[in-house]
Amino acid sequence: MTTARYERARPVAVMIERNLRIYRHTWALLLAEILEPILYLGSIGLGVGVLVGHLPGLGAPSVGYPEFVAPALLATAAMNGALNETAFLMYNRLAVERIYQPILATPMSVGEVAVGEIAWAVLRSVMITVGFLGVIAVFGLVASPWVLLGVLGAAVIGFCFACVGLLVATWVRGFPDFQFVQLVMLPMFLFATTFYPLGVYPRPVQVAVECLPLYQAIQLLRGPALGQVDAALLLSAGYLLVLGGLALHWGLRRLRRILSV
Amino acid sequence: MGILAQFVFCGYMLAVCGGAVRLSGVSVSSRTSVVSARGLTKTYPPGKAGSAFTAVDAIDFEVHSAEAFGFLGPNGAGKSSTMRMIGCVSPPTGGTLQILGMDAADSGKRIRARIGSVPQDDLLDPELTVGENLLIYGRYFGMSRIAIAERSAELLEFARLTDKADARVQALSGGMRRRLTIARSLMNTPDLLLLDEPTTGLDPQARHLLWERLFELKRQGVTLVLTTHYMDEAERLCDRLVVMDHGRVVATGSPRALIDTHVTREVLELLIEPGTGAAVAARAYGVADRIEVLADRLLCYTDDGERALARAHERGLGGLDALVRRATLEDVFLYLTGRSLIE
Amino acid sequence: MQLSADGVTQAWRYWLLRYRRTWRGTIVISVANPALFLAALGFGLGKLVDHEHSAYLHGSSYLAFLAPGLLAAAMMQTAYIESAGPVHVSARRAGVYRVATATPLSPLDALLGHLLFIGFRILTSATTFAIVAWAFGAVPASRVGPLVLAATLTGLAFATPVAAWAVTVERPALLNGGFRFVIMPLYMFSGTFFAVAQLPGWLQAVARCTPLYQGVQLCRSVSLGDADPLAVVGHSSYLAVLVVGGLAVGARTFQRVLTA
Ligand SMILES: Nc1ncnc2c1ncn2[C@@H]1O[C@H](COP(=O)(O)OP(=O)(O)OP(=O)(O)O)[C@@H](O)[C@H]1O
Ligand SMILES: [Mg+2]
Repeated sequence: MTTARYERARPVAVMIERNLRIYRHTWALLLAEILEPILYLGSIGLGVGVLVGHLPGLGAPSVGYPEFVAPALLATAAMNGALNETAFLMYNRLAVERIYQPILATPMSVGEVAVGEIAWAVLRSVMITVGFLGVIAVFGLVASPWVLLGVLGAAVIGFCFACVGLLVATWVRGFPDFQFVQLVMLPMFLFATTFYPLGVYPRPVQVAVECLPLYQAIQLLRGPALGQVDAALLLSAGYLLVLGGLALHWGLRRLRRILSV
Repeated sequence: MGILAQFVFCGYMLAVCGGAVRLSGVSVSSRTSVVSARGLTKTYPPGKAGSAFTAVDAIDFEVHSAEAFGFLGPNGAGKSSTMRMIGCVSPPTGGTLQILGMDAADSGKRIRARIGSVPQDDLLDPELTVGENLLIYGRYFGMSRIAIAERSAELLEFARLTDKADARVQALSGGMRRRLTIARSLMNTPDLLLLDEPTTGLDPQARHLLWERLFELKRQGVTLVLTTHYMDEAERLCDRLVVMDHGRVVATGSPRALIDTHVTREVLELLIEPGTGAAVAARAYGVADRIEVLADRLLCYTDDGERALARAHERGLGGLDALVRRATLEDVFLYLTGRSLIE
Repeated sequence: MQLSADGVTQAWRYWLLRYRRTWRGTIVISVANPALFLAALGFGLGKLVDHEHSAYLHGSSYLAFLAPGLLAAAMMQTAYIESAGPVHVSARRAGVYRVATATPLSPLDALLGHLLFIGFRILTSATTFAIVAWAFGAVPASRVGPLVLAATLTGLAFATPVAAWAVTVERPALLNGGFRFVIMPLYMFSGTFFAVAQLPGWLQAVARCTPLYQGVQLCRSVSLGDADPLAVVGHSSYLAVLVVGGLAVGARTFQRVLTA
């Protein structure tokens, strides 16, 4: 790495370093975030899976219900991990603790702070993914070695939702507003083919569901996990990257306006 | 504090001294300028409630290298707004601002690398411990871990926080936080140090320690820009200062020059029963050049305090407790930033 | 240990007054939450489950099986959220209990007044949930009333012990941990989403001992109308013991913490 490029990456690394320091006190949160999808997997994947039997209408007849649900839970965990980290924590840092102001009195810039926070959120999504994959491998729920592509996929998902979270953080007026965020996230979690295939819906609903970012995130992880790797994955990844890029662009503009008064 | 509270709301007297004399007390023309502002303006955009607000209104000033420069002024005068523009965290909305030979408009990053700043509200990082606050702050400047370790050990010592290094910031008292903020501002060994009310909330010991440190820094060639509401502090620390009110500069000069220009040499204080001010002032009329009425005392401005006292005795005011003292910066401040007064 | 009707009323009025500021948001949440879960899991997932006609469901539809279980679990969550955080915060420095107990209000008044409010929140959420479930066709109208009572009892069985504990907690992170590491596993494995009979033997025994299992069974038998009177008495007494036990312990911990 050339020194110039190192100089450009350094501020981002410092923001990650700061978050890692904080993590020394709050690592249990990461465990909890890995635990939650595992609980869902045990309860709905395995428990309800017995009631469901084999999934009708899916390509491979050998696909069991837990194998079908696991990647969706993973995508949701990656999404929540990134979105919570930016939306909730960045709002807190921006408006409540106001820690970005003193940082901007140093050579750090708004863009570097924001990109640093997003990079950390992506890193967190990847950590959650690795933890989760480790656990499902132990349970013997890994259908294909392609599942390792999921680590890359989780980074893409983390990026997209971290940027959306940044945008949310600049809009939120107070903690009660996060109820509305929940009101968007919960139905997305429930309906984005997490627990049953798209075929359950009538066609018009299917189209709407396909537009959900979480649906694309699930597609990105479910294909490789079930051993189906094709060009459609690029489409899902592209969708998430573009959405993330737009959110980042807009969020940065708003953040600059808020922070430089 | 009671005295300060009185004049805060009486800015209208500004009109009286609108055409303030601009002095240059010390001959400093040969020194290089570290901060130079021309027509510097800050207009905050309109919020939800109302219209745009001009907090700093086209001010000019010059800070020279290795001097201590002070901003005085009542609450809301625009001191912090000015400090934040000098710190390159708040973009000016008008005028030009040169700092350390660079233009604040386009070299913010390079300027900030050489500035240390103590904001008015501490804004420490509550998610980190005391030691980590210094460490990470040093990292923002790109300092190496070794340099940071050395520097933060020395600064924790200076801030008397060594035994609190592992404490969470929330567990600190108000004054300890202030000391940590000051220590933090010194992490990058700045050439220009901005201190917005640095000693508010400090105990006397900490205040003297800070003053000592600031004198030391000045000797090493560091330029200090500070605001304060303590006139004794301004008198002691500042080589030159400006008095601001309503976003404008109403006077500039060294503390001595300001006293010489704006008030008499001595002040006779007559202690009165609260509420009797107007009546006593009427009887004392003519005793001194100017008389001001405070809640519990009359301030009679005169060049000869003893003579004024004698005259007060002649008028039957001998029953009051009296005190003759030299005029201070506080008298200048009260005069310049306006309050009820009787000529 | 003193207790006064006046003091309790005063304390409960305080919480009610505070609630006036946020009730609109909570109504939206308490209608939207069950509606979304029942639509996605009851209808969507139910489509797949009903297709299989699993013997574990004893012939009922997945929606009818899920709704009462979800209701009991939701009341546990409501009870935890309403009692853990608020009780903890109120007992800390400058918290409202501190202010209240500096007046003639006793710690016991503060506890009972607050629990009265928590009970009110559980009752109203249970009612909205049950009405939504009825609208989905998961419960017949005639059983909505008893179902609400059963769900409220379940919620209270969590509210009093949690309040008794939360007053003693020093670090808020512990409350968060309690939710994620205790409440969530209970939520998932107490027969809410699937029959406990499906679990392997030893896990089944553990699950049957949990308070949420008792609440889920109570609500489900009431809702499906196949209640065995003896079982209903059994489940209800288990939950009632928790309510009373929580109160007894809470009286002590409140007294200890608030007068220390
Ligand atoms: N971010 C902001 N948005 C809008 N108005 C602001 C903002 N910051 C300051 N002001 C206004 O600008 C004026 C000057 O504020 P400033 O903080 O500069 O005063 P100050 O001289 O530092 O006062 P104090 O002695 O109380 O610290 C005040 O009227 C204040 O209300
Ligand atoms: Mg200020």
